[in-house]
Parts: sequence; structure tokens; C-alpha cells
Amino acid sequence: MKLRTLGRHVREGTKNLARNGWMTFASISAVAVMLFVVGVFLLLIMNVDNVASSIEDDVEIKVYIELTASEEQQDELLTEMKQLPHIESISFVDKEEGLNQLIDSLNESGEVFESIREENPLNDSFVVRATSPQLTEQVAETIEPLENVERVNYGKDYIERLFTITEFVRTIGLVLVVGMMFTAMFLIANTIKLTIVARKREIQIMKLVGAANGFIRWPFFIEGILLGILGALIPILLIGFGYSYLVTNYGARIEIMFFSLLPAFPYVWQIAGLLVGIGAFIGVWGSMMSVRKFLRV
Amino acid sequence: MIKMKDVWKSYPNNVKAINGITISIEKGEFVYVVGPSGAGKSTFVKMMYREEKPTKGDIFIDQTNLATLKEKHIPKMRRRIGVVFQDFKLLPTLSVFENVAFALEVIEENPKVIKRKVLDVLDIVHLKNKARALPDELSGGEQQRIAIARAIVNSPEVLIADEPTGNLDPDTAWEIMNILDDINHRGTTIIMATHNKDIVNTIKKRVIAIEGGRVVRDEVRGSYGYEA
Repeated sequence: MKLRTLGRHVREGTKNLARNGWMTFASISAVAVMLFVVGVFLLLIMNVDNVASSIEDDVEIKVYIELTASEEQQDELLTEMKQLPHIESISFVDKEEGLNQLIDSLNESGEVFESIREENPLNDSFVVRATSPQLTEQVAETIEPLENVERVNYGKDYIERLFTITEFVRTIGLVLVVGMMFTAMFLIANTIKLTIVARKREIQIMKLVGAANGFIRWPFFIEGILLGILGALIPILLIGFGYSYLVTNYGARIEIMFFSLLPAFPYVWQIAGLLVGIGAFIGVWGSMMSVRKFLRV
Repeated sequence: MIKMKDVWKSYPNNVKAINGITISIEKGEFVYVVGPSGAGKSTFVKMMYREEKPTKGDIFIDQTNLATLKEKHIPKMRRRIGVVFQDFKLLPTLSVFENVAFALEVIEENPKVIKRKVLDVLDIVHLKNKARALPDELSGGEQQRIAIARAIVNSPEVLIADEPTGNLDPDTAWEIMNILDDINHRGTTIIMATHNKDIVNTIKKRVIAIEGGRVVRDEVRGSYGYEA
């Protein structure tokens, strides 16, 4: 297409937007609300996924050894465990090291435990990793009945609850987004239909003098794309500024609760790109819906 | 130039508009299409620029068969045909010049070519001095002349006029006829559906009379033949 022609289409498309002021406003608002929800859910899902996978990677089985077990018995246990299937690695953590780790993990408040260093009440333990996180439970169950094992511990409930939450957030998000996508699409289709009706005579003349169908369609495509992209701008700004504010002001506080927020960048850019993409897509779709019906020659 | 072979047309509501028409129109002819209201005149001319598709039969414009023409090829075909209507169909927000130029802009003609061609046709319809006016500022006859200019600016081989004088007073109608005659003399084939008895009987041309969807009369230098 010639540049001059493209310029004409863009001019026509923007003129149409201005001409249907209120419908334009309604469609842009619908797209904006929809994309805002999409964006918020995306951020939510990305963060929950991030937490879930960081915990998942962290899944290890703590095998606490009976306090009474001798060194030979500990070695025996180690040999037995090495023969079990699905084991990636086993490392030994003696009780001093265990206490250090505990003190470290509690930051300042850990110092209170310094006083018990003399009579360390902790068990020696093995830290076992399964070959895949899904096998953790199975491996833990085979270790538990072994001799000289006091108990085994792994974050089962925590993981399962997290997976349920992720699934839930995903489903709700998807349902909301699909529903709103259709609303936005129909509003866009309607707005463009108004334009087409207003320009009926013009289109009729264009068809009579032999304008190609593509030529007639272009301004409506542009109108649709513009509606979608303009609708994406507001939620991108809201989400971009809102999320970076959240990260800078509350990120540190949230981090104490054993998980951290994803950094604002580049994730906000990714979401912005996606929102513009979805906006343009439903814009084009909406315009196609109305143009096809009206321009049948 | 234009050939219809056993053309039939019925509408979905079971109205049979055209019932087997076979005619041939040569290049450079001027043809009146006459007949009472509802006789099928409108459908007859609409089929020639593929506004309507025949239910049965073939319509050839040179080698192109409009009956089997694919949708995507219609635009190219339309560029070979100019159409003028009773109600002018002008765009009220565009000037005279822009209205005529519109026909070339939408087929992506070069701006310099557009300017030259538009000024040429405005000269033919005697509106060169009103190029900047808006259609509403002009009389009915002048508006129809803009529409004619728009129809011929693309140098079509055929000009189809559907009741071009229907909305005009007798004097203005004559003025339009003179212009159409002039265009015909420049080589364009003209097909004109009309109710105007005086014009048909005075400017003698070929007359095709349609009644009940059939050609009932086809005379080389015919007359209107109905009481108006």
C-alpha cells in the first residue's frame, strides 16, 4: 500500500473515532476495564507462580536421626537410603550446623538461641532431595519407616495449598477475562457499526466507482485497532505505576513473609506489550465483525 | 459490448423481476430503457453493474461474464462502468472538485492525474467555475452534473443512468440530456432508464421497452410508446 493511502486511512479512522464520541468513550472504557483486570490477574499469577516454583525448587526432606543413634547406625542409615529409588542427593547436617542455620534464618531474634549452644537440643539430620519435586512425598514415605529415623519433614501441605491457590486464581482470571473480552468486542463492533451507518453513502459510492474492498475496510480496521490500543493505555499506566509503587514501598515488608515480589521491571513491560496486543486484537476482531456484515457487495 | 443471454432474475420473496431477456448493445450506442413502474427496468440496469446478480443466464461486458464474476473481481469491473442516479448520491461535506476526485482517490490514482482528470470532466459538464462550491449550494441540475462528472472521470466504457432526470424540472432535464449526448459522442456507451416521454420522443435513440420482466419492444429509433 502506498504511504499516501495509509495516511488517508489513518485520517479517516481517527475522524470516525471523534465523530462517535460517546460510543468511542464506552468502548475504550470497556477495553480499559477488561485489560486492567487481565493485567492485575497476570501480575498475581506471575507472582504466585514465582513463589510456588521457588518453594518447589526448595523442596527437601529433612530426616531427623534418633538422638540415641550411634555413628555406625547413622552410616548404616545413609547406606540404606542411598539404595532407595528417586534420590537425587543426600547431605548430612550435624546439630551444630542445624543450629547455625536456625539462628541465621531468624535474623536478630535468632540470638536468643545462642545461649543453648552448649546443650544443643537439635537432632543430627540428613537432607534428602528427590529427583523431582513431585516424587518428594513418595520418597519421604519410604524413608520414614527406616531404623533410627525419628521423623521426616517436608513442606507438603504448604505446597499443595499453594498449587490450589494458583489454579483458583488462574480459573477465576480466565473466566473474568473471557467474559469481559466479549463485552469489549461487542462494544467495539457496535461503535464501528455506527461509523459504517454514518458513512453508508460514502461506502456505497466507493463500491460503485470500484474501490477495492480492502481499501474500504482499512479505516475501520484502524478505528478498531485504535480503540483497542487507547483502551490499553490506561490500565498499562495504572498497573505500571501501581505495581512499582507496591514493590518499592511494600516489597521489603512482604519479603519477610518468606516470599518476595517480582521486580517491577521488566515484568511491567511484558504485561504492557501483552495488553496492547490483546487490545489491538479485540479491536480488529470487533471491526471485522461489523464490517463483514455491512460490506458484502 | 454488452450482451445478455436468456437472463432471469427472481428475488428471495419470489418476485420474478426479469423473465428471460436476451439483448445485445454495441459500443457507442445510446439506449433508452422504458417501461411502467415495476416492469423490471431497475433490476435490468442494476444487473449491468452487478448490483444485482442474475438468477439464471449470462451477462457479458466485453469478455467478462457478470453472472459468474467472483466477488473480489467486482471492483475492477466497476471501474469500467459509470453510474448516475436519480438522487445524485453526492457527499454533502465535500466540494464539487472533491466529490469528483473521490472516485479516483479511492482507486488510488496519482494526485496529479486526479487534478488533471477532474478539471477535464468539470469542463465537460460546465462546472469548472464552481469547483469549490459545496453540492448544497448548487441547483438540482448542477448537482446531477457533478454526479455525471464523477461517473465519467474514470473514462468508463459504459455510462449507466438510472432515471437521471427524474428529480429535475423539464428545462434542467434537457440540459442533462445535452451533456449525456455530448458524452455519447465522445464514444461512451450510454444506457439510460427513464420515464421522460418528451426526451425519448425528441432525442431519437434506440428504445428497449420492458414489461413484466421481458423485452416487449426494441426499436433502433424508437419512441416512448406509453401515455406518461
